Amino acid sequence: MEGVLHQVLSGIASGGIYASVALALVMIYQATHHVNFAQGEMATLSTYIALTLINLGLPYWIAFVITIVVSFVLGLLIERILMRPMMDAPVLASVGVFIGLLLIINSSTGWMFDYMIKTFPTPFPGGPLLFSGYVSGHELGAFFITLVVLIAVYLFFRHTKLGLAMRAAAFNPVSSRLVGIRVGWMLALGWGLAASIGAVAGMMVAPIVYLDPNMMAGILLYAFAGALLGGIDNPLGAVLGGFAVGIIENLAGAYLVGTELKLTVALIIIVSVLVVKPSGLLGRTVLSRV
Amino acid sequence: MPALLEARSLHAGYGETRVLHGIDFAVEQGGVTALLGANGAGKTTTLRAICGMVRTSGEIRLGEERIDGRPTEDIVQRGVAHVPDGRGTFFELTVEENLRLGSYIRRDRHGIAQDLERVFGYFPRLRERFRQQAGTLSGGEQQMLAIARALLLGPRLLLLDEPSFGLAPLIVQDIFAILHRIRADEGVSILLVEQNASLALDIAEQAYLLETGRIVISGPAAEIRRDESIRRSYLGY
Repeated sequence: MEGVLHQVLSGIASGGIYASVALALVMIYQATHHVNFAQGEMATLSTYIALTLINLGLPYWIAFVITIVVSFVLGLLIERILMRPMMDAPVLASVGVFIGLLLIINSSTGWMFDYMIKTFPTPFPGGPLLFSGYVSGHELGAFFITLVVLIAVYLFFRHTKLGLAMRAAAFNPVSSRLVGIRVGWMLALGWGLAASIGAVAGMMVAPIVYLDPNMMAGILLYAFAGALLGGIDNPLGAVLGGFAVGIIENLAGAYLVGTELKLTVALIIIVSVLVVKPSGLLGRTVLSRV
Repeated sequence: MPALLEARSLHAGYGETRVLHGIDFAVEQGGVTALLGANGAGKTTTLRAICGMVRTSGEIRLGEERIDGRPTEDIVQRGVAHVPDGRGTFFELTVEENLRLGSYIRRDRHGIAQDLERVFGYFPRLRERFRQQAGTLSGGEQQMLAIARALLLGPRLLLLDEPSFGLAPLIVQDIFAILHRIRADEGVSILLVEQNASLALDIAEQAYLLETGRIVISGPAAEIRRDESIRRSYLGY
């Protein structure tokens, strides 16, 4: 029983990371109806930026904030420069750009920072494990940071004018223009925000899985499974889905398939959701009259 | 006094398809100008052309300033509110959020609050539905929401695209009664597109009649209304 509790707790900790990345995916999906396959690599690049800043001697939290800001700008630029011209392009063309972006960022991080696995510092006390040994200080800290990010994003979208405008632009671009919203900029802001959220996720997961250019590949898959499970067009669903996948992954890894086949669990979730309930648990089923 | 809006040899279309073949019209300060015509005559396209939503050539002036070729957001910023064809409801958002979006470009909190109260005066139903998701509103309520959203912009020019479309006759009567009040109370000039010519000519001072992308008749609404032959051949009532 104690073993199960341990697995659930550490599932929640990694679930928080998946939830953040899932949220980043959903934000771009809602606005463009595309899944950004490069989301994970963008987060990895951000984490390398953070590591570089820390190695330059900056205190952790300063590096943390700078990384978020730089990632925001990078996300914004990617939308403005690469995605903007693709606006009316067919789906496959956009997918091509996403995959190209993934490969480019992956190879450039490898080229700039080499492929050696690196350790990444945690700002949280390591010390003895908390909750009678179930959760490490970093896991607990990462969980709270993730929670703060998720709540901040929620409050931003619910209670600010800009958040409302971004939601409006995603739902109904034509009407949004007619009330004076600059829809193109809202998309770019969405990319910036998604990149920032991904950056936080990268910095929180790096101390656990160690940093290398492929760090986020598996995580992106879990996050995608989470987003699909909760509903790819529903931010809350994606977050809950992310946590659920974290817990399922840990339990299955411990009791069902073993650690080597854990990633398979994500793929099984993806396939099952697509077959059984493509809109996800909380997603909208789109009805249309013919 | 110069016209608030003036279009000269305005052409517009979608891709290869040309819809407007050089039309001239003006919307005077204050009051209602009606744009009439059958399905496919180019009424909706004319409104879209004013708002920069379709590719145009020719000249469109708002007051002294040329607005043709400008992005939609810039034209809206200059006080042009458009109640679009299909009402443009943000279905996923609440009525409150839809209305807040109406005043998106404004910064005067106090004025917005006052305007919201005034708009509730026209459409008390929206106050009852304030927290409801806009997608659950009836067609008539969505039309009210669309007009309310446009008024909250504090517009100089209000473009109304078929406010009677798809609504039961009683609801249409309600909405036009409110439009009469808005015309009397607000300082806004209205360009009204309607298929229901009789309703439109009742409320308008000036009217233009479009036929396949050309203006065939224009003049004071009252004269057009009285002219038996126009009524028979173009307006069908």
